Amino acid sequence: MAGKTLFEKIWQAHVVEEVAGGPSILYIDRHLIHEVTSPQAFAGIEKRGVPLFRPDKTVATADHNVPTKNQHLPIKDPLSRSQVEALVSNCERHGVELYGLGHPYQGIVHVIGPELGITQPGMTIVCGDSHTSTHGAFGCIAFGIGTSEVEQVFSTQCILQSKPKTMRITVDGELQPGVGAKDIILHIIARLSTSGGTGYFVEFAGSAIRSLSMEGRMTVCNMSIEMGARGGMIAPDQTTFDYLQGRPFAPSGAAWQQKLDYWQTLYSDADAQFDKEVYFDAAEIEPMITYGTNPAMGVAVDKPLPAANGDQSFAKALDYMQFKPGEALLGKPVDYVFIGSCTNSRIEDLRQVAAIVKGRQKAPHVTAWIVPGSKQVEEQARQEGIDKILAEAGFELREPGCSACLAMNEDKIPAGKYCVSTSNRNFEGRQGPGARTLLASPATAAVAAITGKITDIRDFID
Amino acid sequence: MEAFRKIISKAAPLPLENIDTDQIIPARFLKATTRAGFGDNLFRDWRYDEQGNPQPDFILNKVHDAAILVAGKNFGCGSSREHAAWAIYDYGFRVVVSSFFADIFKNNALNNGLLPVQVSEAFLQELFDAIAADPEQLLEVDLEKQTIAVPGTGKSETFDINPYKKHCLLNGLDDIDFLLSKKAAIEAYERERALYGGIKQEVTP
Ligand code: SF4
Repeated sequence: MAGKTLFEKIWQAHVVEEVAGGPSILYIDRHLIHEVTSPQAFAGIEKRGVPLFRPDKTVATADHNVPTKNQHLPIKDPLSRSQVEALVSNCERHGVELYGLGHPYQGIVHVIGPELGITQPGMTIVCGDSHTSTHGAFGCIAFGIGTSEVEQVFSTQCILQSKPKTMRITVDGELQPGVGAKDIILHIIARLSTSGGTGYFVEFAGSAIRSLSMEGRMTVCNMSIEMGARGGMIAPDQTTFDYLQGRPFAPSGAAWQQKLDYWQTLYSDADAQFDKEVYFDAAEIEPMITYGTNPAMGVAVDKPLPAANGDQSFAKALDYMQFKPGEALLGKPVDYVFIGSCTNSRIEDLRQVAAIVKGRQKAPHVTAWIVPGSKQVEEQARQEGIDKILAEAGFELREPGCSACLAMNEDKIPAGKYCVSTSNRNFEGRQGPGARTLLASPATAAVAAITGKITDIRDFID
Repeated sequence: MEAFRKIISKAAPLPLENIDTDQIIPARFLKATTRAGFGDNLFRDWRYDEQGNPQPDFILNKVHDAAILVAGKNFGCGSSREHAAWAIYDYGFRVVVSSFFADIFKNNALNNGLLPVQVSEAFLQELFDAIAADPEQLLEVDLEKQTIAVPGTGKSETFDINPYKKHCLLNGLDDIDFLLSKKAAIEAYERERALYGGIKQEVTP
């Protein structure tokens, strides 16, 4: 009998029942919720008159719609305020643990789950947010769901899911200096397209993936959704266990050893079959940047844009960005730099930025925002003196939230302005109506802030 | 959820690929805590200029009574926001046709009585051509038979749908009713096979 994939092992352990000719009933270990995609689901169960089935497996935070300045003051925008207040009262009424504004654990939902040890290998994790794929970095089946599905989990701790196909993406070899996790995933998406992963659950493997820190692995899994995949995952190893041990909600004592024994069984067997396999050579990956209006429109930062190809969507994207086919991006002026989002707002990202900007100044015309992923990240940055380094370089360290990643609150990039952003989506208007987003790594974003233009990190560090 | 069987309607063509949920409903309109009213902001930034005036060239400002949206490949990619499906439905569409749908969007649509019809690349082009030739062209979508047809040109194609989802849609049933009926099995799973307890359970105080 052929071996099993990591995905298969976890999936099988969570199937309650298979529906004839239909999806499976999948049991969910952890349900993360936030203010934007939960109110209609709370309203739904109340209308049906069913209780929240397993409140102790649910955790809430406020992140999408919160200001990143003066969080101690009442939220100014009345609609945002009422949405955040609805989360507070819904959680109170249904007995859900809430790490809301002002709580030392508050932050972006995909940052706090891992850092609190709520995310653990072998789990099924869902959240009404597509970047739930982030948690797959720990060897979980984690994926984003819609609000109707949030209501399914509220009422039964299960959702109906059709089993996806499996794909393994292997990245072997050594990364060049200046190239990091964000470049790996932007490179992969540029090759596979925004729909290359649709219908699949992806496992990332290979020596280049193994060599990444947990933060880097989260960056990779985070963006697996941008190639259309249902989610991404990486088999847990010593890096994973070291990261988890001692976190507030990680198992401890005898429970730790018991869980560890289980976690060590979580890998794809040598003879496991995937529906699709793709290989990349790490040495070929260069610092990446996007030039268009979907995350697959990326190039190595020193390479020219593709030539015109008669495609209407391509032409529309370049027109929106005001770039010309075939031209080079290096040296193009930048107006904003945004370092944040669930892709790149962890302490390691902030440390990397601090190391680059230390003793330097941002270009005068650039507005540089750094938005930590959580209160804990913010606190740690202060303890390590990163806040001072950033302030001296002219960067503004704000309070945790999704911020300019999706421009739901007041953190918006003005129309027509160029923003080098460490977030995950460069869709038209994603960072504000008319805003032009170039996705890149924290390192590439940091050097763009210093020089005021698109810069190759490799020229900068040499 | 409303049941869906068959529809004959005009169609609104949107021949662009990779239409993402941020275009369908921009994030700044997601602040409501109810499901109603999102249709007003469907395709907001394509439909209106910055002052809120309708953009005369955008299709929804030209065709007002179509219940079928026909769009390019990889429709609904991006965020998981169900608001995208709500906005399309609330606006009045009951069917979206494309040659490819993003996963989460497809699920969200089906959970709200909006039928995603996936057709071949060639048939999609035929649809765009037929509508371009005659904007009043009617399309016929029959869920029971799983067919989409253009009576005016005589062309048609069959489409796939998960049998469980088809049953739900034909009968206006939703997943939650179904799951609630499985409570006993779920509780048995928890007793016998669940791997993890509550969030705080594994932590020795
Ligand atoms: S940071 Fe951006 S991508 Fe991540 S959860 Fe928030 S809005 Fe979504």
